[in-house]
Amino acid sequence: MSAAAPATSSPARLAAVARRERRDIRLDRLFRTVLTAAGLLVLALLLGAALSMLWGGRETLATFGLDFFFTADWDVGARRFGALVPIYGTLVSATIALLIAVPVSFGIAVFLTELAPGWLRTPVGTAIELLAGIPSIIYGMWGLFVLAPILGQHVYPKINDTLGQLPLIGLLFHGPPLGIGMLTAGLVLAIMVIPFIASVMREVFLTVPSRLKESAYALGSTTWEVVWDVVLPYTRSAVIGGVFLGLGRALGETMAVTFVIGNAYALSAALLEPGSSIASTIANEFAEAVDPLHRSSLLALGFVLFLLTFVVLALARLMLYRLKRKEGL
Amino acid sequence: MNPIPRSLRLLALSFMFMLAACQPSDQDGGTADAVPEDGIARSITGAGASFVYPVMAKWSSDYRTSSGRQVNYQSVGSGGGIAQIKAGTVDFGSSDAPLSSEDLLASGLAQFPSVIGGVVPVVNIDGITPGALRLTGPVLADVFLGKITRWNDAALVELNPDLALPDQAITVVHRADGSGTTFNFANYLAKVSADWKAGPGEGTAVRWPTGIGGKGNEGVAAYVQQVKGSIGYVEFSYAKQNAMSHVALRNAAGNFVEPTSESFAAAAESADWQNTADFDLVLTDAPGADAWPIAATNFVLVHRSPKDASRGAATRAFFEWIYANGDAEAAALDYVPLPDALVTRIQEYWQATLDN
Repeated sequence: MSAAAPATSSPARLAAVARRERRDIRLDRLFRTVLTAAGLLVLALLLGAALSMLWGGRETLATFGLDFFFTADWDVGARRFGALVPIYGTLVSATIALLIAVPVSFGIAVFLTELAPGWLRTPVGTAIELLAGIPSIIYGMWGLFVLAPILGQHVYPKINDTLGQLPLIGLLFHGPPLGIGMLTAGLVLAIMVIPFIASVMREVFLTVPSRLKESAYALGSTTWEVVWDVVLPYTRSAVIGGVFLGLGRALGETMAVTFVIGNAYALSAALLEPGSSIASTIANEFAEAVDPLHRSSLLALGFVLFLLTFVVLALARLMLYRLKRKEGL
Repeated sequence: MNPIPRSLRLLALSFMFMLAACQPSDQDGGTADAVPEDGIARSITGAGASFVYPVMAKWSSDYRTSSGRQVNYQSVGSGGGIAQIKAGTVDFGSSDAPLSSEDLLASGLAQFPSVIGGVVPVVNIDGITPGALRLTGPVLADVFLGKITRWNDAALVELNPDLALPDQAITVVHRADGSGTTFNFANYLAKVSADWKAGPGEGTAVRWPTGIGGKGNEGVAAYVQQVKGSIGYVEFSYAKQNAMSHVALRNAAGNFVEPTSESFAAAAESADWQNTADFDLVLTDAPGADAWPIAATNFVLVHRSPKDASRGAATRAFFEWIYANGDAEAAALDYVPLPDALVTRIQEYWQATLDN
């Protein structure tokens, strides 16, 4: 920069330019430091949260060791704590949620980007974003007061009589038709994560260049072929990212699940039976956890949830990495 | 010249105006720390059981109107209340389960009852009206143990020959969180059923052999109302306000009683307070002829020698006022005020144990 104006250079002017340069370097360095600090803060927060939960749960882990993760006994009075039921409940309810939410979200996104008339796209798109903003306790109350009675009186008895009679699958679909339990929790979670997954999918489907789609249509492709062979491969990594965003939310959802999961510590394959999740257990018991071992067990549960979420995200990364490598070959 | 920019000065000025505007309403808090002339602090804090929160809120607002003193009560649960009074962060704690005399002595605390309520089993069976279903303690325990699983079980039919009990599965609803309600309920079942005592036992949270868990009284009430054929247990006021079908229970004297203010009071009167140190007594299975078997007392915990004597005096003054003037408010909210004999006993206890 200083070399740009040699004609008018004088000692004073040169000094001014040098001063300016030094100031730029200083500011640049400051800017860099601030940004690095912001980046590191995230890491520090993450590590701090994980470690403080691990530290809080050290008494439990020292008492029960690895048994904590693999036993199904949760007895506050007898001071025996095993996290298997909440872990199982968390994984199963989140899996049910994704099994329902992913296809539905995909449908919503394809409809909005490929099929819907122009005047409908914006209102429906906005409605989805509004749904994402509803507090989870509202979903919980709706689940308990509206969905659960309908399921308990009209849907689950029929499931019991049909699916429940089949071999093997029947084990999943029998149980008391209370309307409250693992399947209801999965259904409510599905409704809660659909807006997240659908809005991500819609955004990324919009980024597909129209010349690609138009070429495919010109070659005689059906809408389904365009979506499956052009749109989806083009946006695959972002779609997977959206699904895992939804999964992360389903794993950690607290209030809505607490309302409808039934909060029982019985390990059962049946999806109609009540169960409990990690987040619901913590929400239910933390306020009255006076016994240090009890409190420690709840913190250890928090750490388990942290680990679960971390593993899920790591799997997502791995999947994306594999996909990228396959595309590269 | 001036180091403070004009805009900042304006901001500071407006803040000062806001503070000045807040001054009148802040007066109570402002003078709370200084010891007033009468030696009674202007503001005290309590924490503990959610069971008494509605009546505590009513009492403290009425008390402020009549005396100008402030009482803040935080509904953090019995466990939290005990922890906070032991740590000395509040002036009084409250718990639905009494502490033992040794425990009280070890932490320098005194304990006395504040108000009486009751735990009520409630059912949701088509055609069964409040009070129609009769149960005994052992049968109730067998239902909650999962031994009696259908409403037309022989044991239930035998107690209720006049009722048309349906061939329907029983769904047990219990608390998912630790609570004083559970403590009193489990304590009663342990007194009347050897199997319950050997199995789930007692405590603010027990290992339930069967059923679904609701968070709080409202959670249990909601589950019972949603699930046909269910039975749960809630504080009396929840049963009454939600018009739920309570059951009639056979008490220790062998009579079937319904949960009413009178039957709770009968339980409190018949309890053996004389021979109990530090009021360490659970009201369940009381001997009175008309006593409701799952009556419950809430207990207040205070320091015997509080660090700040003026706050100790204020706590005592508040409870003096409650015993003298708080009966109507308690009754209006479906609690039962303490019998007069018990209040006299508490005042003697204060004289004997408290420093002020």
